[in-house]
Amino acid sequence: MKQKIVIIGGGVIGCAVARELSAYDADILLVERAIDVSEGASKANSGLAHAGFDNKPGSNKAKFNIQGSKMLEALCRELSVPYKRNGAMVLAFDDTQTAVLHELLQQGMVNGVDGMEIIGRDRILALEPHTNPRVVAALHVKSAASVSPYELTYALADHAKVNGVDFQFNTEVRTIKRDLNRFILTTCCGDIPADIVINCAGVGADMLHNQISERKVTITPRKGEYYLLDREVKPMFTHTMFQTPTKMGKGILITPTLHNGLLLGPTATDITDGTDVSTTAEALRQVREITSLTWPQENLKTVITTFSGIRAHEAGGDFIIGAVEGAPGAYEAIGIESPGLSSSPAIGQYLAELIAEQHDLRRKGTRVPPPKYLPPFESMTVEEKAKAYANDPEYGAVVCRCEHITEAEIRAAIRRPVGATTVDGVKRRTRAGMGRCQGGFCSPRVMEILSEELHLRLNQVTKSGGNSRILLARIEDAAAEGDDRHA
Amino acid sequence: MPQRKGMTGMRETNIDVLIIGAGPAGMAAAIAAREQGIDSLLILDREAEIGGILKQCVHNGFGLHRFQEELTGPEYAQRDINRLRELNVSVHCETMVIDIDASKRVTAVSRKHGVQVFLAKAIILAMGCRERPRGALAIPGTRPAGIFSAGTAQKLVNMQGYMPGKRVIILGSGDIGLIMARRMILQGAKVLACAEIMPYSSGLNRNIVQCLHDYDIPLLLRHTVIDIQGKERLESVTVAKVDEHLQPIPGTEIQYACDTLLLSVGLIPENELTKLIGAEMSAATQGAVVDNTLQTNIDGVFACGNVLHVHDLVDFVSEESAKAGRAAADYVLGRTKKVARAIAVLDGPGVRGVVPQRLRFTDTPEDVRFMFRPDKVYQKVKVQVLDGERVAYSVAKRILSPGEMAEILLPADTMQSFSSESISIRISG
Repeated sequence: MKQKIVIIGGGVIGCAVARELSAYDADILLVERAIDVSEGASKANSGLAHAGFDNKPGSNKAKFNIQGSKMLEALCRELSVPYKRNGAMVLAFDDTQTAVLHELLQQGMVNGVDGMEIIGRDRILALEPHTNPRVVAALHVKSAASVSPYELTYALADHAKVNGVDFQFNTEVRTIKRDLNRFILTTCCGDIPADIVINCAGVGADMLHNQISERKVTITPRKGEYYLLDREVKPMFTHTMFQTPTKMGKGILITPTLHNGLLLGPTATDITDGTDVSTTAEALRQVREITSLTWPQENLKTVITTFSGIRAHEAGGDFIIGAVEGAPGAYEAIGIESPGLSSSPAIGQYLAELIAEQHDLRRKGTRVPPPKYLPPFESMTVEEKAKAYANDPEYGAVVCRCEHITEAEIRAAIRRPVGATTVDGVKRRTRAGMGRCQGGFCSPRVMEILSEELHLRLNQVTKSGGNSRILLARIEDAAAEGDDRHA
Repeated sequence: MPQRKGMTGMRETNIDVLIIGAGPAGMAAAIAAREQGIDSLLILDREAEIGGILKQCVHNGFGLHRFQEELTGPEYAQRDINRLRELNVSVHCETMVIDIDASKRVTAVSRKHGVQVFLAKAIILAMGCRERPRGALAIPGTRPAGIFSAGTAQKLVNMQGYMPGKRVIILGSGDIGLIMARRMILQGAKVLACAEIMPYSSGLNRNIVQCLHDYDIPLLLRHTVIDIQGKERLESVTVAKVDEHLQPIPGTEIQYACDTLLLSVGLIPENELTKLIGAEMSAATQGAVVDNTLQTNIDGVFACGNVLHVHDLVDFVSEESAKAGRAAADYVLGRTKKVARAIAVLDGPGVRGVVPQRLRFTDTPEDVRFMFRPDKVYQKVKVQVLDGERVAYSVAKRILSPGEMAEILLPADTMQSFSSESISIRISG
């Protein structure tokens, strides 16, 4: 009988592990507490494939970052995920900071980072003319890149699914127990038995780990808040612009998104509730204040939105990856904060190979290739658009007018192997609603398409699952309830 | 329609006057252009049916100026729709313009016709406006379901027949927000308050009376939403009073338990295409810079209605757009009057976003209507037109408020006296 493997957590790490393991003959299930994959840290981060100069040499972060970043470009090409080697700069505004840049350069060389050099003010301003002219030096890192974190996660999940991995959503794992040679996972929706468990549960990973291991770990949810600016400000920066790092992380940065917006952030605030993605006036003020040092003519008139993401910081400060100590058959990837996205392909590969070896998993003969889609309609030439329409008239129906997303693309996003089931799921898979009107015009139509595709009533459609229903009642129901209240 | 192959290899359709948008602006422009004798005329609209936002405005109050009658939005639209039918004007619905260039080549896509390329002699931009979303305000807090722009909520209620929620706070006192306050109450919801950050409402006075006062909904001036709570669905918002710098005053916070927040915090002309074609833009109106024939700086490209500047009343949108339709027809038919000279029209003290921003002098001058918004509430003031330092024209106004568009009609003979390179309009005490 095939071994039953349960992966807990549908973030970029869980999905990377699932995809790698789907190359082996096993019965694999990924369980996720949210309604979709990529609903935690993977949906709200800086979207960077870090070069790897700022990790402590010898750490897991250093090792997996370098390996992962090197794998990402080919992986993104294979999975049709947006990726761009846009380069990065770490700015220094005085001699003390310049000294730190030299330390980072040394550390980067030890870590095996390619394409780094220290550059002076003139070169910085030539490359990035909007930089504060008070800058004195920068570490210029050509190998740094940008990747769309949620699009990568969706594509990893799809590829895993077409190769046989099952996905079970709205399923929060509460406890892991050993029962003879198996694990029993108790969840909100029944028990799940497993021969092998892989804990990729993000901010919830410590709670599960500590149930099966004597060597305790502590995760602190660390919140980072961001501004997203409209693509009207696109020419402002092409590189990812860091400032000299502090002990709380790589600091607040400015980076162009892969869709030509500009992202400013993140802050770093330790919080207790790992699901608290609220923004605060104080943190947003901090983002403005710090980024204005890099970009003195900072223009926030074109803010599209503000948001926050949570990263899982482990007390030891490093990734914990591998077999769980004292719990044979259990594996984990814990404390996956930055550079987690960069490291994800390497973590997935490492864990899959480790598990395959320790449990004698047999590699499958063939592997289903990832599903292929047309590029976004918006990016096509006019002839390509005409051709896309000739094959599918739903390419003629533009639903999201800001980003030019067509009905064909929205339906495809819902019909993908791990398809969208919510308005936010459609938004992140297609960009419908991500533009300057923030879904004001297209969300009613997106909801209709979701209700058609998923056979839901319109008022059962949610923003992001759970109790996030968008419409509370049909008019006749609402009127009836109103009457009741007055009675 | 005559067709030829263009540079891209796509078949091109020649059109004399191409109108983008079939809301009240596009409809009025099309009617006027046809009545002026334009045969080759086409309106493109991205919605399934013509009429624009009027379709979802089921309340009354439309048409008082134009028809001296109180109509609902759909009734008002129907009059123009009927006239368009009588005149046999072609409209392509569900058609989205995806590209436009200064040679007046317009690329559109639709479910029915696929990708089409039009080559127009004149273009009238009539795309209307959109609502400022929550994200643009950077309100702190969570991002749950239950936050809607007022117009989106209006569409959901009036067109799709669904209630967004039952306990409602309204942020901003724009007209759509005020209308939706009443609409939600009539559908059985409870509207707790309408918070407006400014010391005055940006909506029409009649809407404040008929939609808030008549239903005992408090209008909290100098208040704004400073926090949003609820992880999945909205649970509550915190409203606070603001100081003269619009910063929240500690200790004035009130928390309202609610499931819905409607935003009516400003309308933004939808000028993506206007920018794409390369028209000069005005920072004050967020629309194109136009002359007194509503022509942009690009020859043969006109703009009218809410895409040019956000109006309060549809009646004035129709009036302005008819003028644009006539001007586009004149342009195509070679009847455009010879321009002796053109001067700039600038915002003076107290004046925001005057339209038109350029004045063309022709051999047969006509009176010119200038529209603008005052920067605050004024009582018993004069609106003056300055030619250099000289007051060339002055009109007394009893009350001016940013919530209502102000206008002055400059007589043609006054124009003849202008000697400067630019004139300005100001509010004087």
